[in-house]
Amino acid sequence: MKRLLMMSAAMVATLVGAQAIAAPVQSWTTEQGTRVYFIETHTLPIVDVQISFLAGSAFDPSNQVGLASMTASLLDQGAGSRNEKEMAETLADIGAQLNTGAGMDSATVSLRTLSDPDRRTAAVGLMVDALSRPHFDGAVFKRDQARSIAALKEALTKPQVLSQRAYMAAIYPDHPYGRVVTPESMASLSRTDLESFWRQHYSASRASIALVGDLTRAEAEALAIQLTASLPADQADVPRGLPKPAATSAKVVSVEHPASQAHLLVGMPSVARDDPEQIALQVGNYTLGGGGFVSLLTKAVREDRGYAYSVYSYFDPKLVDGPFTIGLETKRAQADDALKVVNSVLGDFLRRGPTAVQLKAAQDNIAGGFALRIDSNSKLAANLGVMAFYGLPTDWLEKYPERVRALTPEAIRTAFQKHVKPEQLVTVRTAAD
Amino acid sequence: MRLRTALGLIPLLSALLTPTWAISAENNDNTFETRLPNGMRVVVREDHRAPTAVQMVWYRVGSIDEHDGVTGVAHVTEHMMFKGTPSVGPGEFNRRVAAVGGRDNAFTSTDYTAYFQQVPASQLKTVMALEADRMRHLTLDPDGYSKEIQVIMEERRMRTDDQSSARVHEAMNAVSWQAHPYRRPVIGWMSDLEQMTVADVRDWYRRWYVPNNATLVVVGDVNHQQVFGLARQTYGAIPARALPERKQYEEPVQTGQRQLDVKAPADLPLLVMGWKAPRLNDPRKDVDPYALEMLAQILDGHEAARLPTALVREQQVAVSVDTSYDSTNRGPGMFVLQASPRPGHTVAELEQAIRGALAEVANKGVTEQELARARSQLRASEVYKKDSVMGQAMEIGMLETLGYGWQASPLMLDKLNEVTVADVQRVAQSYFKDDQLTIARLVPQPLDAAELTARAKRAEAVQAGGRH
Repeated sequence: MKRLLMMSAAMVATLVGAQAIAAPVQSWTTEQGTRVYFIETHTLPIVDVQISFLAGSAFDPSNQVGLASMTASLLDQGAGSRNEKEMAETLADIGAQLNTGAGMDSATVSLRTLSDPDRRTAAVGLMVDALSRPHFDGAVFKRDQARSIAALKEALTKPQVLSQRAYMAAIYPDHPYGRVVTPESMASLSRTDLESFWRQHYSASRASIALVGDLTRAEAEALAIQLTASLPADQADVPRGLPKPAATSAKVVSVEHPASQAHLLVGMPSVARDDPEQIALQVGNYTLGGGGFVSLLTKAVREDRGYAYSVYSYFDPKLVDGPFTIGLETKRAQADDALKVVNSVLGDFLRRGPTAVQLKAAQDNIAGGFALRIDSNSKLAANLGVMAFYGLPTDWLEKYPERVRALTPEAIRTAFQKHVKPEQLVTVRTAAD
Repeated sequence: MRLRTALGLIPLLSALLTPTWAISAENNDNTFETRLPNGMRVVVREDHRAPTAVQMVWYRVGSIDEHDGVTGVAHVTEHMMFKGTPSVGPGEFNRRVAAVGGRDNAFTSTDYTAYFQQVPASQLKTVMALEADRMRHLTLDPDGYSKEIQVIMEERRMRTDDQSSARVHEAMNAVSWQAHPYRRPVIGWMSDLEQMTVADVRDWYRRWYVPNNATLVVVGDVNHQQVFGLARQTYGAIPARALPERKQYEEPVQTGQRQLDVKAPADLPLLVMGWKAPRLNDPRKDVDPYALEMLAQILDGHEAARLPTALVREQQVAVSVDTSYDSTNRGPGMFVLQASPRPGHTVAELEQAIRGALAEVANKGVTEQELARARSQLRASEVYKKDSVMGQAMEIGMLETLGYGWQASPLMLDKLNEVTVADVQRVAQSYFKDDQLTIARLVPQPLDAAELTARAKRAEAVQAGGRH
């Protein structure tokens, strides 16, 4: 029962933080055009392998929302010479963990295995099968399609899900980021849709690889070639980019729900991963609503008024403008009072930016505590996966602390004023009186 | 390492994943313990992979120690621990941890309350001084309390009241356990939270927050002698105080199946079946808790384990299935299976399928291959566990606080590995009796917003009237 649990999955990939990394990031591009980032560390007999493709839900055809996600989830349910049961049993036999999934931009397959040659070879073999020889078995597909529809219908009874969907649809009208999967769109998919989505999107030139752990450089290079050698051939006409989201205009969307708490979201499309002001926004957001217990939003909403257990803000930079979002839950009768407080804190922050003292506190935490962001193989792998997918420079992590230290209050205020505009903020009130 | 959300605990099995071939000596070599003169235990594990450290302080007090009328007070106290002392003002604790680059939080379970800070290793001294200060000098200001209790009621709404499955589990605990305090929710009943006062928190704090009821765990890039020295300077200055006598609650033997339905907004029904099961009492001599752990792994430890294969893939009566059994508790255990039926199938069919899968183990046993697979997963998890200093600190703190001692970890792993197919079959035959079973069902209510809102408001009005 944690006192506060508010970090969204998106924030895990937020590369905030900074000192020196134990081992430098190595990088190269394979002959087939796959970018590889690698950190060699032999302190534990573990290897983490992550491969991501330009194959997230933003690449769903507009009439087949849910396709990217279903495709990713079926990759390891029967591939190569093994059916789904044999695959899962083999993974368990060698103690390896293989996961697949699709986010907004990317679809990712990740593997954690022991590094001894027998287990590693077997585990990587299974991963290669999942990537290059998935069965998309008809019976498996039908079963999981039915399960997914059932799980989605259940999710559609939950206020946080309804709120999030209404929010994304409202800030991304007519954009792939704003499309929401429905039971009908899931039902319209067929196994051949999955197979052709895989053929179109899981090519080596759409892939990036992150490797961390007990491997030599030569082993890492061989592994990267093995992972990508048998992927589907690249199809030049499959889109790689996404349109820039249109500017929103301020509005309020209300969603009815019988919950005891209102779920409130405020935000807009804001910043792309390659935006040079991204760091200024992340550091500024620490003061506004990202710094957990010490943020302005937590102080005003939780500590001073007792309105909410959890209140937060975050930037989620994507291939194109990803969202800036403020969120909280409060009992339904005080939803509008809480919104007033949120808007007042945000308005003040946009006008004034952080004070010198607030910026120093943010820098001390983010730069001073950078080691905490990279003190395990799994944290390194998560960071490296984001860096490789978005093509961030290899010294991104290493340089992060000094870039954070170099920021001024003016730079942050300017970045916020450019990327967060009150006249464009969309408010979603779910289960609010 | 999954964190179980319900209580914020590491699940039993992963807590026990200390392995045979990863060798107990390896762990013991870098782990050091001492006891301060005031009775506080200190365990330090040196892990020099990265220049970071985690400090945890575990108090052996949780909702198990509460009484009716003040349920939730353990957790409320946890919240108030962030509200200041004479030398560290309200909110200042978090600010000081953040200023040295750290993160901090806390959690409360049925069995314990724990506080932690993850910091650059060079900053350990700062957070040890802070944590020691609030062990002794908490202010418990009434104004701060009046805001924080509102926050906690929002937390209850978020975690329980608006979560259909959480409501099922809360109601099920209240039915399964009659005498034992596990019947009460960790977060507390809403009416108890509404009536709680800061005096209740002060009583709790004075009674239980003493060094002789606490364990300090530090894992990371530290020198254990230095940490021992810092511990003596900080925590060592706090006098010991006699602890209240702890009541021993004996849950009467359940002598008949119990059932309950919970109606809540949902689309899919949920079936939860829980059988009373033993707690690990003597890590050296016990066998059944280990055998039940391995049974849980064989039933549901991977995608092709028995239950997902039988219920989700072959019979296709379930959308999902989940197994949990924790043998390392202060109180009695429960072996829980839960599942949601696939549309077109009833909860009754699902129940029959689960009973069928259990009967198969009881009648025919499991294979050597299944057991070997479970052992293999245990061994790998043991290695993966070492990647996280936080995970290691959690395991040490939990084993110490629950009374097993951190050294029990390799022993428990050995014992898990010694479990035989005969042991697994025997526990499958002996523990899954209807007389010890509680069945809870979520009965989905349609999301007719207008109608349900009106109903909720009427209920609220009735409740409010009743309180006057």
